[in-house]
Amino acid sequence: MRRGFAPWADAGARALLRLQGVSKRYGDIVAVDALDLDIFEGEFFALLGPSGCGKTTLLRLLAGFETPAQGSILLAGEDIAAVPPYRRPVNMMFQTYALFPHLSVAGNIAFGLRQERLGRAAIEARVAEMLALVQLEGLGARKPHQLSGGQRQRVALARALAKRPRVLLLDEPLAALDKKLRAQTQFELVNLQARLGTTFVIVTHDQEEAMTMAHRIGVMDRGRLMQVAEPSELYEQPNSRWVAGFIGEVNLIEGRVAALEPGIAVVAALGGHFRVGATAGVGPGDSVCIAVRPEKVRVANAPAAAPTDNCLAGSVVDIGYLGGMSSYQVRVADGFLVRAAIANATRRTTPPIGWDTQVCLTFAPQDAVLLTR
Amino acid sequence: MRPAPSLFNIVSVACGLAFLYLPIAVLVVYSFNASRLVTVWGGWSLRWYGELIGDQALIAAARTSLLIALASASAATLLGTLAALAITRFGADRGRTALSAMVLAPLVMPEVITGLSLLLLFVAINLDRGFLTVTIAHTTVTMCFVAVVVKARLADLDRSLEEAAMDLGCPPARTFLTVTLPLIAPALAAGFLLAFTLSLDDLVIASFTTGPGATTLPIRIYSDVRLGVKPEINAICTIMIATVALALIVASLALRRASSATTSRRPGAA
Amino acid sequence: MMARWRGGQGNWWAAFVRLAPTLWLAAFFLLPFLIIVKISLSQTAIAQPPYTPTFDLAAGLAGLRAFLAALSLESYRILGSDFLYLASYLKSLQVAAVSSVILLIIGYPIAYGMARLHPRWQPIALVLVILPFWTSFLIRIYAWINILQREGLFNTALAALGLVDTPVAWLSSDTAVYIGIVYSYLPFMVLPLYATLEKTDATLLEAAADLGCPRWRAFWLVTVPLSAPGVAAGVLLCFIPIFGEFVIPDLLGDSRSVMIGQTLWTEFFANKDWPAASAVAVVLVGILLLPIVLHQRAQARADKD
Repeated sequence: MRRGFAPWADAGARALLRLQGVSKRYGDIVAVDALDLDIFEGEFFALLGPSGCGKTTLLRLLAGFETPAQGSILLAGEDIAAVPPYRRPVNMMFQTYALFPHLSVAGNIAFGLRQERLGRAAIEARVAEMLALVQLEGLGARKPHQLSGGQRQRVALARALAKRPRVLLLDEPLAALDKKLRAQTQFELVNLQARLGTTFVIVTHDQEEAMTMAHRIGVMDRGRLMQVAEPSELYEQPNSRWVAGFIGEVNLIEGRVAALEPGIAVVAALGGHFRVGATAGVGPGDSVCIAVRPEKVRVANAPAAAPTDNCLAGSVVDIGYLGGMSSYQVRVADGFLVRAAIANATRRTTPPIGWDTQVCLTFAPQDAVLLTR
Repeated sequence: MRPAPSLFNIVSVACGLAFLYLPIAVLVVYSFNASRLVTVWGGWSLRWYGELIGDQALIAAARTSLLIALASASAATLLGTLAALAITRFGADRGRTALSAMVLAPLVMPEVITGLSLLLLFVAINLDRGFLTVTIAHTTVTMCFVAVVVKARLADLDRSLEEAAMDLGCPPARTFLTVTLPLIAPALAAGFLLAFTLSLDDLVIASFTTGPGATTLPIRIYSDVRLGVKPEINAICTIMIATVALALIVASLALRRASSATTSRRPGAA
Repeated sequence: MMARWRGGQGNWWAAFVRLAPTLWLAAFFLLPFLIIVKISLSQTAIAQPPYTPTFDLAAGLAGLRAFLAALSLESYRILGSDFLYLASYLKSLQVAAVSSVILLIIGYPIAYGMARLHPRWQPIALVLVILPFWTSFLIRIYAWINILQREGLFNTALAALGLVDTPVAWLSSDTAVYIGIVYSYLPFMVLPLYATLEKTDATLLEAAADLGCPRWRAFWLVTVPLSAPGVAAGVLLCFIPIFGEFVIPDLLGDSRSVMIGQTLWTEFFANKDWPAASAVAVVLVGILLLPIVLHQRAQARADKD
């Protein structure tokens, strides 16, 4: 998580990239649906969503490979929706890298610079600079097929950055790398972005990747942005059942608001009452959903210590040992299954609470979120 | 694991290949026959090749054929490549559907009809028949073969390569010249070679569309063959086979060199 | 998509790429075919060009009306009444159908054998099958004239084996036509068959064996049904051009029983009857469209499943 950078919270800040009512259809399929979004100068923004949610289409709209059916795409105040890709100060790093196989590494990096008809010396200097940036000095004469996957990835990055784009678009940039290399590259990308200050827009389907790298994440589903927020807010304050369920694991308990207390809503669900931090605009009688993350649910043999905590009685039906933590499935009233995660803070070979044990699940009001959507 | 081929499998392939090559082998061998009687073996000789050199009309026909093949294959490669590009790279609309159909139709159209229809066109527009009309006719048919070959290669080519070029500031026409063209060059060469041999080979369409002074080699051979077997024809045929074989060897060597320079078709898909 | 970009160089490039081949084919493929249709509706005349009416652009609308009034179905009437034409169409149908079946019977084992070869040998076998296609078809037919003539290698071999006493006249017979056609079209049958057979998943045969199916029966129950698209493509690829074939029956066949391509040739070159030749061509295209449409329907159905 990054600190101190939050222009989106500043009402006076102007967005570098502003999408207004952007729609894109392929026949009957709506790929992007009346989408509004602001992305700020210097931001690392991630578009996250399941496959087919429209995130890649959105990226291609920004690059200029697709033209929106409706809406405008403003870059620094200028509408670029109709500007062809070769006239946009925006560059893209492709998922397949799209390195020209007939050109050398240096030729690939110089490709964009040559289109600007820069002088030979200027191009050479910039290529050397880019090779140094991605730590590929001395490999300029190689052909792409003579490189490893990780090296190719860095050539693609250098090529896209060589023209100093206003915005760098990255389409699943780490998908082709193996898991270990991916973690290292995530870290390098974040450092690089911080150093250059270039605005990055990344498309990914991997939520951990988005969480570790981005300042803000836009979660997409069926062509719509479901929520745009910082990673921690997205996890702790999801705005809908869909986002809560998409990001991480969650228990969703459906109920109805029975009463309102100052800052607290009392929700009738699963044959009992739960106290949950109230969300604005919730009134008695509304049907709502309590979202509580497994790691915030405590499993105990005895009822809760604090009287304000919520308590659910049930029996353990399954325990999954995951190394760092154990995952419990507990059957409560109405046969509803609640998941709880317990950190394995000490070494032990048998679970502290075994199968078929009658347990008490407790969670504090402020550890749950009340969802209306 | 695939099971090993059975004896039956191997015998089938061997017999098939023997069937394909034996007649040609017989022809080549008999072109070196010293005897005028085609069926009697009179010892090895280059006699019939010698007689060919003196045949001015035959050499003129060969020259015409080669020139027509060169001109029509060049034009066909250009037009066929454009057609393939239009079909694979530009919007799916009615114009594209019409072009796809027009590219496929000449491939299945009987040659007698293609030849007849082109002749009737040339008569209708009062174009004198000869070198030009045969070249146009061959270009029309062979460009469709080129289009099919190039289309397959374009469909195989990673679209994001061209998108990357445009993303880096390269306009469409220049993208084609600097990125697409070098990458599909082997297909272009194959298409050219195919168009060239098809043109060199064609009898029916050329017979319809040719005029005085533009007798092609197949037309000449055909009129000879109708009169019966002559050892000189064996010699011409052997030369033609050797020429095509040589062209194929050179082309495949050139292609191998070119493809080793750009091995990975889909970079990144490591 | 490129065409939708406003301004820039995308426009002229897109227009050039699309228009150049389209206009060429419209001018030299579509238009000539329309002319054939038009001339098939004209009448023979002793003139240059040898048909009436000719369309005079200068006469304008009145000329067009007079032109349309003079069109007739005479050529098609002759086509239907003269048995010669029907006989040629039937002969073409017979030759194309019989040859396709022979090609399938010969080609299938070859393609199957190729698909079963070690992967290292498959490309070599493939090149060897394609290679003869690059030599002139005229040469390939001529090679067979060499072999099949009265004093040719074939008769010599048969005599040497004591199978015949007197040389057989192989040339100018249906047998010679079938040999020539099978020889010329074999690659066209083998290639599509090989393309589908080569893709057949070996684990399917293992699954069949696992379920108690002996190898020969697995061939009939798994391999053959899965190769149906290749069979259809191969038959179509051979049937259509064989139907309109001219050179092979002309050089190897019996001149008393001609195929439709030869009839068209004769009408045009010998009889100078251009309307009749055109009518023959139009009907021929109509006939050949049928298998193409059927094949495409079958393919569309297969794609849907």
